[in-house]
Amino acid sequence: MDKWWTLTVGGIAGGAVYAALGLSLVIIFRATRVVNFAQPALALLSTYLAFTVNQATGTYWLGFAVAILAGGVLGAVSDRLLIRPAREHGELGSVIVTLGLLLVCQAVAGMLWTSEPRSFGYAFDFRGLFSPAGVFAVLAVLATAGGVLALFKFTALGLRMRAAAFAPEAASLVGVRVGLMVTAGSALAAAVGALAGLLAVPPLLYPTVLDGVFVYALTAAVVGGLDNPAGTVVAGFTVGIGLSYVSGYFGPELVTLASLAILVAVLTVRPHGLFGRGLARRV
Amino acid sequence: MRTTRKALAAAIAASLLLASCSGAGEPSGGGGAAAGDAAPGVTDDRVVIGTHQPLTGPAAPGYSRISVAAKAMYDYLNDAGGINGRKIDYRVEDDGYNPTRTVEVVKQLVLQDQVFAIVGGLGTPTHSKVVDYLNSEGVPDLLVSSGALAWDDPAKSPMTFGFQVDYAREGKIQGKYIAEHLAGKKVGLLFQNDDIGRDAQQGLDRYVKDSVVSRQGYDPANTDVLPQLSALKDSGAQVVVCSCVPAFTALAILTAAKLGFHPQFVVSSIGADPVTLTGLLADFAKRGGAEVSPAALLNGLIGTGYLPDVGQTDDPWIALFKKVHDKYIPDEPLTNTVAFGMAQAYTFAQALKLAGRDLTRGKLVDAMASGKIKGPGLTPFGFSKESHSGYTGAYVFKINPDTSTTVIQPPAVTDREGGDITPAPTERVTPQDIGLG
Amino acid sequence: MSLLTRHALLGLLALAGIVVLTSVVDPYTDVQIATVGYYLVAVAGLTLLTGTNGQISLGHGAFMFIGAYTVALLVIHVPTFPFWADLLLAAAAAGLAGALTGAAAARLHGPYLAGATLALAVGLPAITQRFPDALGGSNGLAFTVQSLPTGLAGTVPQTRWQAWVVWTTALLLLVLLANVVRGRFGRILRAVRDDEVSAALAGIHIGRTKILAFLLSALCGGLAGGLQAFLLGTAAPGSFTLALSLSLLAAMVLGGVGSLWGALWGALALVFVPQWADDLTKALDLGTDVAQHLPIAVFGAVLIAVVLAFPQGIHGGINRSLARLFRKKETHENNP
Repeated sequence: MDKWWTLTVGGIAGGAVYAALGLSLVIIFRATRVVNFAQPALALLSTYLAFTVNQATGTYWLGFAVAILAGGVLGAVSDRLLIRPAREHGELGSVIVTLGLLLVCQAVAGMLWTSEPRSFGYAFDFRGLFSPAGVFAVLAVLATAGGVLALFKFTALGLRMRAAAFAPEAASLVGVRVGLMVTAGSALAAAVGALAGLLAVPPLLYPTVLDGVFVYALTAAVVGGLDNPAGTVVAGFTVGIGLSYVSGYFGPELVTLASLAILVAVLTVRPHGLFGRGLARRV
Repeated sequence: MRTTRKALAAAIAASLLLASCSGAGEPSGGGGAAAGDAAPGVTDDRVVIGTHQPLTGPAAPGYSRISVAAKAMYDYLNDAGGINGRKIDYRVEDDGYNPTRTVEVVKQLVLQDQVFAIVGGLGTPTHSKVVDYLNSEGVPDLLVSSGALAWDDPAKSPMTFGFQVDYAREGKIQGKYIAEHLAGKKVGLLFQNDDIGRDAQQGLDRYVKDSVVSRQGYDPANTDVLPQLSALKDSGAQVVVCSCVPAFTALAILTAAKLGFHPQFVVSSIGADPVTLTGLLADFAKRGGAEVSPAALLNGLIGTGYLPDVGQTDDPWIALFKKVHDKYIPDEPLTNTVAFGMAQAYTFAQALKLAGRDLTRGKLVDAMASGKIKGPGLTPFGFSKESHSGYTGAYVFKINPDTSTTVIQPPAVTDREGGDITPAPTERVTPQDIGLG
Repeated sequence: MSLLTRHALLGLLALAGIVVLTSVVDPYTDVQIATVGYYLVAVAGLTLLTGTNGQISLGHGAFMFIGAYTVALLVIHVPTFPFWADLLLAAAAAGLAGALTGAAAARLHGPYLAGATLALAVGLPAITQRFPDALGGSNGLAFTVQSLPTGLAGTVPQTRWQAWVVWTTALLLLVLLANVVRGRFGRILRAVRDDEVSAALAGIHIGRTKILAFLLSALCGGLAGGLQAFLLGTAAPGSFTLALSLSLLAAMVLGGVGSLWGALWGALALVFVPQWADDLTKALDLGTDVAQHLPIAVFGAVLIAVVLAFPQGIHGGINRSLARLFRKKETHENNP
């Protein structure tokens, strides 16, 4: 029973991270129709900036704020410079461009901060099964997800962003600045990604640290439905708990196989994820 | 149309038959080339050597500094006039810890760069894929950076020599220490689920098999070790032997702290460098309290080692390494990883010197097996005609409250099988005795 | 002259070219030429799936993994099999896996298919950890493949012979693929890519076509993996990372999606761009950390630049310059 508790609570903490990065993938997918492979790389650079600020000033929260802000800026800049032009070249073109950006960002991180792992602390004390750091991570992700949902559902800005994503022509006819809205969506996505990075990285920060997290976050986003933020958050926590059980009861080497199995099982039954709507049929 | 198709089919069949004379897995008649008197990569004033290292990718953290340190040592030796009048030209290729890349870059080093020898190739999954190739081409394959047992096989791999103490010997020494000094305590094992874990358990089990209450493997690609540590805690383990790389030693220590689990950690040399661990654990005390400062987390940790610790500033070898470090790579933290790279480079240079001015690959291998190689380590090398084993034993140390170390069991040597563990000879050579530069 | 004859003659010509080329270059270039050969096989298979049939796969490394391990296990456990039988079985094993994947993937579209195949690339190699005794765990398997006919031993260096074998296989496969793409089945594949509804109305079985495309494509992946194992004598999980799958995809886009010529340019880029980046880095005498990471940054930047500046890939770029040169109309056969 003790073991079950530990695995469940550990799984929830891991799931919070998958939910956050998955949410970031969903936001940018809704805004741009692109699965952004560079999302974890932007989060990585943001987190490294937090590390540097942290080292220089000794203040965790200043680094935290800088990372979120930097995430937003990186998201907006990468959208304007790369992702927008890439979208003209179809799904495959944008996948390759974001992939190229991922490689460049990881390489830049290695150049500036070396490949060696750096100590990167938690926001609060990490000790105990219900540690303040773990509780903070879960609450931060839930609050962010709630905020994002509310933004989309209840605010004029959110409405414009949805309109720009789902019906760009119609939206621009009624005066929505589609380009601006897409950039705003990318910035928001990367800021959420930065939060995911800050929560996922501790205790150690190195250039490839988010690779594994990205795979599980994408699993969560696909399982939850790529255009469904709430579904993705639920799927993120579920995947986190499920993989924690697999690791604890069956062996850590089976975790990636298990995530494949989850994905295949869900997609066989629901080709657009558990909570996803079918995409418009391509003609 | 039909005739061309037939002709095509016939051509294919013929070409296949041509090659089908023997099975793909049957041994070929011709044996490996002997080292002989070949000397590629050697000119009047230069000798080219190569290595494969993970400089990028998932395994780079922890290992990317070894070649930087080795390069610094070669620079130092070159600036002092080189070895037998030759400068060492050290070519480092990044294999990203990907065995396919390893084979490619090693072939590049051998065929294109025409290296004289491969020195310190890093990693078991990677280097095990080039041992056969290097031996069949007669390329000296010296001082492999891995503690796997496979490097010590002079009959099959006459060109290959180890460097580190192998995981099985180290496991024996850890096991005996636990059996004697932590007698009656329940032992849990945490290990990397590859040859590190397998060989270490083989050694440990010779002494503590009956006390082991839980065996937990970790996958190096998965940094979440909560399930393993919680299983170790539930099993009631009082001693946890960690056959881990530094990042996972740190993860294990932090996760144990998270669970309120305070076992006696016993850590293998590959993961027990106090300087590296202090760096990895540096950022938790500010918001977690003084109990999770590096000093508090590491206090009392038991480790094994075979090279002098960089904290032992009175050691003549550490003095040399510090001198080289301060001159060539002053911005790097001086860790035991840096000392490892320098020790390895110095050991190679020593073999090169022994091989003489009239250099051939055969002479280099003979020099390695001459039994005259004495290194910075606190235990002797196993190098001889019959053994290509690197360091043959280890000492046991404890980390003090101020993260300095104290040796609590002097260096001991043993074999990888069932032989006894005996005290290591106490006399050591100094850099001045060898006098390379 | 029939299509097959023309392709076969082209293939023979190419093989002759390879034989001449490998005989004049140094042994390491032979290795690189052989490397291009097996990447070509994998990328050609991928371009059939993505370019001709419109299905994205981020997981082709998984099929190479299957091919490589098939060859490894056969060489170790059934040493009497000749190497070409090992290669055929590697292709067959991967084809089978491809059919299964295709069956699961047939209902998936766009990013969902991408996500599922990505999980395949990451998940499948982990199976080696589950069966460490048979598959060697994380160390994988090392072996030596004997293939040089006794008659040629001593006269033809090992590396040159290996390049010949790889390219003979690759060209045979390309001739086959070229005929498939130009033939009836190719038209069916394109019809399904362009509009599933109309294709179904025209009596094409959508699911079966997609599965067949996956099977063929995976077969190429398996053959590429088998050739890699044949060439390098290794099969280890660390070789079949997500990065491999993604670089195959990148090579396809670099070369030009949907074209077998594009697959060649992509395979060349995969081998030589990192090499040039590496040489460049060494020539520049940079700081350690910059030097260690520059090759990857250059590769990433090349990917971005090619998609944004030459969206039709290298092949499209060449076609366009040729067209401009001869003022001919651009051929459309390769454009998706």
